[in-house]
Amino acid sequence: MMGGGGASESAYRVLMGVLESRTGQTLSPNRIWRIEMSLKPVMQRHGVADLDALVGALVTSNSRQLLDDTVDAMLNNETYFYREHSVFDDISSTALEHLRKLNAACRRITIWHCGVSTGQEAYSIAMLLAEQDAKWAGWQVDIVGTDVSIHAISRARIGLYSQFEIQRGLPVQRMVRWFDQTDGGWLAKADIRRRIDFSVQNMLTDRPPLASPADLIFCRNLLLYFSLPMRQKAFAKLRAMAAPQSFLVLGAGETVLGQTDQFVASPRLRGLYEPADQQARCATAA
Amino acid sequence: MLKSCLVVDDSKVIRKVARHILESMSFAVNEAADGQEALTFCRAHRPDVILLDWNMPVMSGMEFLGAFNDLDYGREERPRVVFCTTENSIDHIRAAIEAGADEYVMKPFDRETLEGKLQLVGVA
Repeated sequence: MMGGGGASESAYRVLMGVLESRTGQTLSPNRIWRIEMSLKPVMQRHGVADLDALVGALVTSNSRQLLDDTVDAMLNNETYFYREHSVFDDISSTALEHLRKLNAACRRITIWHCGVSTGQEAYSIAMLLAEQDAKWAGWQVDIVGTDVSIHAISRARIGLYSQFEIQRGLPVQRMVRWFDQTDGGWLAKADIRRRIDFSVQNMLTDRPPLASPADLIFCRNLLLYFSLPMRQKAFAKLRAMAAPQSFLVLGAGETVLGQTDQFVASPRLRGLYEPADQQARCATAA
Repeated sequence: MLKSCLVVDDSKVIRKVARHILESMSFAVNEAADGQEALTFCRAHRPDVILLDWNMPVMSGMEFLGAFNDLDYGREERPRVVFCTTENSIDHIRAAIEAGADEYVMKPFDRETLEGKLQLVGVA
């Protein structure tokens, strides 16, 4: 049994196939055991007894809702505010400053959070920018958050976080400044909610709703769930949506080395990546 | 040198849980059962961080913080103060910040939450 549970191996294989075909993501062996646990609420909601019955229902019922719920439940939506907070400190002091000079003529910056999950990291950058409002007066700053999970994007749009979620990574000063306490949890104030446009997107197949090429792309802790060919496709997609002079932010354990030739480590800003062709142009110019 | 934390809570269980988490993070841990005990400790020692309950007999967390703010640490940096309490209303949190708290942990908490807050105040 692949998952260690009571389901047949073929059920796991079908579910993994469904996940990969819908999202491009694969389940590593250390996540397979979680399938049954993750899908339990879905099975209860749809009146399905076990994983084998779930697979049967997916094949025979043509229920879009069941398919969406199943895929959603298998995704890892782990995120929190200011995840690896030094990254946000660096972005605030370096990348945004660099882009500010670079885009001084058009006074416009587009930030794309690809794989934004439930929104905490997009709200983190929105709070950073909101706190620098005077500095960005007269600028158009667009923040777009996309994720393949319908449930996660729905939560991100609402901007309501539990006590556990609100305490993960968010400094208390920012919590009281940018969130209201409600009966249902901590709700992001309209002033930061309005700064972010969240939408459901499959990064491999859909075109993100960017009004202009992205100057700063966050794609953190997402590509690790793709197989190498899918990851290469994803990097190509990120490059296609990136402005010629732009920055890519990956997760702490992620790199471009051996993965793609579309991006290279930024020689200017530690820990960030730039389009490789931008690099080449700079090298030629130098 | 180990970082040090003073855990101030009238609940023995909470002190034990906090000690367990903090020691696993390589903190040297001292305990106080109320604000008065904590103040006596802080007059003689300088912990790196104080994990402070709100409601305690003898002297509350807020009363402690008022007196603690008057202590002279000379050239040494003032210890960080992290409230750790079931008083979870935004009014309480605002009052704590105004009184000089550096961070706020709403109970119940787990290891990850506490570790994250200690990172935010620069001691972990």
